[in-house]
Amino acid sequence: MTQEATEEKQTKPLLPFIKVPDNYPDEEAYIWGSKCSDCGSQFLGERLACGKCGGQTFEEVRFSDEGEVYVFSVVHQGVEEPFVGAIVDLKDGPSVRATISGLDPAKVDAGYRDWFGTKVKMYIEKVATDREGNDVIAAKFKVV
Amino acid sequence: MRDVAVVGVNMIKFGRYPDKDVVRLASEATIGALKDAGCTINDVEILVSGNLYQSNAMVGQRIMKEIGATGIPVINVANACATGSTAFRDAWMSVASGAYDVALAVGSEQMGKMGLLGGGGGGDRAYRTEGVMGTGIMPGVFGQAGVEHMRKYGTTQEQFAKVAVKNHHHSMGNPYAQYQKETPLEDVLNARPVAWPNTLFMCCPTGDGGAAAVLMSAEKAKQYTTNPAWVAASVLTSDPYQERNPTMTDINTVTRIAAKEAYETAGLGPEDLSQVELHDCFATAELLHYENLGLCGDGEAGQLIDEGATAIGGRIPVNASGGLLSKGHPLGATGVANIVELVWHLRGEAGDRQVENSKVGLAHVIGLGSACTINIIKK
Repeated sequence: MTQEATEEKQTKPLLPFIKVPDNYPDEEAYIWGSKCSDCGSQFLGERLACGKCGGQTFEEVRFSDEGEVYVFSVVHQGVEEPFVGAIVDLKDGPSVRATISGLDPAKVDAGYRDWFGTKVKMYIEKVATDREGNDVIAAKFKVV
Repeated sequence: MRDVAVVGVNMIKFGRYPDKDVVRLASEATIGALKDAGCTINDVEILVSGNLYQSNAMVGQRIMKEIGATGIPVINVANACATGSTAFRDAWMSVASGAYDVALAVGSEQMGKMGLLGGGGGGDRAYRTEGVMGTGIMPGVFGQAGVEHMRKYGTTQEQFAKVAVKNHHHSMGNPYAQYQKETPLEDVLNARPVAWPNTLFMCCPTGDGGAAAVLMSAEKAKQYTTNPAWVAASVLTSDPYQERNPTMTDINTVTRIAAKEAYETAGLGPEDLSQVELHDCFATAELLHYENLGLCGDGEAGQLIDEGATAIGGRIPVNASGGLLSKGHPLGATGVANIVELVWHLRGEAGDRQVENSKVGLAHVIGLGSACTINIIKK
């Protein structure tokens, strides 16, 4: 039996700024990033240097699961069912691209003005299995 | 920097040319531009070729082999949708710097029928993020950019749709446009939704095309023409830090800093422009750029389109060519074709879409990611 075959399946993040804790799933995965020690700018995931000031020292930050819808589109292109693709400003954190459940894509024309600033909460969901059979998890958002 | 004249221009009708290769498309445009300038390939001292999808395939050198391989320096440029306009700027720099007297800028692209621009798809399915963690495809990004304007200023989908109505109407006078079709407001709003608030008629098509321009020093230009167009400013910027960028691509700041620099260099302001060709890859983008380019105040773009100020005959005609929405957007060709269009207007050669008495034109292109070019061309 080969070494690979004996390895346990792992849980992998869809994007690198989703942190899967060592004791997952006892502890839930979360969105993490870097806060520049010089200017305080916050970024998703790991950074070599600050995109604003060029600083090279960072504090690792676990970002909030809560946020607000800044803007959105209802995307029909390339998908079977239209979805609400938003930019969510995380509470005290950076912005993140987010698929939102709880806003009805069919009601965008009449209701879009009320969608701005909608409070949302992040949740982790398994979205795929990769070629090695590992679970791939994503961060999704739902209306609070 | 020395004054630089645009002496010869040409483009082929944008469309789909499955029976020709990209070198042929580029070469047809180039031979036309050389003829327009009254010179030959033997007079050209440097070629800058803009092509995106074949950026590793030496398109510039292949053009030279097709029309006359004279051994001159050839540079191949790629800068997303700003590829052609960056090639034009590099050609301008070659002459403005004093290094060369005659430069050729060629833009070309063959996209075939690949579907909507940046429509996504492909990749490892297990790691597909589109629809799972928001949207990153171009229609989604430009939908969001429009929605930001709606949030800030109360702009409506109907106002964005009017951009498509206007530009498709303008295309009726442009035989070089990929599509010449009137699209009344009702048709635009009822067209297939792509990414709200943009419907199908509010999105540019993909296609094939070629465009070329011959640039010369003032001294050299005198030998070929008594009526050149002049490059009053040629500016390239990248997007500076902005809090939500790159999660949310920022097409505004990159344009604003380019516009500021271009107006300062030219010694002109938006009030001096006779017309503008701007990057309407999606209808939402056009309204944002009215403000980014200073054609109106912040929050006034919706009113500007409502008033008809940006239609031919209005205060500041925008996209008299039909814009990317109807003229088409073969990526590498687009930025050079904008210059071609402006030069034709300055010469009074723009046919049924002619902007009367055009003296100064501004060409604006955005390459998402982002690059912004602004070229101001004057009589």
